Amino acid sequence: MTEREIMARVQAKLGAKVLQAYEFRGQCAVTIAPSELRPLLTWLRDDSDIQTDWLLDVGGVDYLGYSPTDGSGDDDREWRYEVAYQLYSMRHNHRFRVKVAVAEPNLVVPSVWDLWGIANWMEREVWDLYGIRFEGHPNLRRILCHDEFVGHALRKDYPINKRQKLTSPVENILCEKAEWA
Amino acid sequence: MGLENELEGMPVLATRLDEVINWGRKYALWPLPYGTACCAIEFMGVVSSRFDVSRFGAELVRFSPRQADLLLVMGTITQKMAPVLKQIYDQMPNPKWVVSMGACASSGGFYDNYSVVQGIDELIPVDVYVAGCPPRPENVIGAIVKIQEKISHESIRNWR
Repeated sequence: MTEREIMARVQAKLGAKVLQAYEFRGQCAVTIAPSELRPLLTWLRDDSDIQTDWLLDVGGVDYLGYSPTDGSGDDDREWRYEVAYQLYSMRHNHRFRVKVAVAEPNLVVPSVWDLWGIANWMEREVWDLYGIRFEGHPNLRRILCHDEFVGHALRKDYPINKRQKLTSPVENILCEKAEWA
Repeated sequence: MGLENELEGMPVLATRLDEVINWGRKYALWPLPYGTACCAIEFMGVVSSRFDVSRFGAELVRFSPRQADLLLVMGTITQKMAPVLKQIYDQMPNPKWVVSMGACASSGGFYDNYSVVQGIDELIPVDVYVAGCPPRPENVIGAIVKIQEKISHESIRNWR
């Protein structure tokens, strides 16, 4: 199935709940609200024609100060952040992209780690670098930055020259009591 | 070696203690390869047969800091890794020397960002910096020769 066909099925299913939908060089994506995320991803994973059995990546985007470079005018998003889910079907060899609109002040997205186990670490990365929380995540701790890090480094308003040193002795790092989930 | 002919049967040779100890130290460096990035891949070339660092006596790579006297920091050191590097350095017995290999270890390289230490000299003292990204094996051997020169000018009476 082409991505355009998948997008048509998603639009037929969700109707006006699709906030944005676009195609660019054969790649398609839909943007939805956080409340629609789990039903849609569950359906995409389990529908026998689509069956996106592999979650390739989860990434955050910060659109603070963004303006499109293609001359189409100002950005019309009413939300600052998006979380993008890259889906792939090993069975059918097709891809699809789902984005979730995350507006301030409530930066919360439902976790999908029970749909794809790999989402566990990917969601921790988005939390670490963008500060978007994933509701239902079993172990939402930082994964890349150290434990004393304050703030979220890939937000557009994080100062580009700001450095944060890790001061605690090495024993505290290596002998972490928390589970490695 | 021909030396015995010069000595003409004499059983002893008089020298300065510093000379003989430094002579032993500089040709028997035991490096600890602290490799965190592509510079460590280049170091594999340094120790293997084409460049062969054993010609300079520094081929006995030790992975325990207690057994090493030359710390080779090869690669990007992140803020999260910094306490580990500091601890490894502290665990090495004196006398000890440090080589900072490549742009990342020496200055952060092009990782001028929130996660990378901007040069390991923020954490530990460095004896020789090696330029390059990554440096050629000859540069690393050059650094070891620099360390040897430095050792030959040190004295056992004033250890660091």
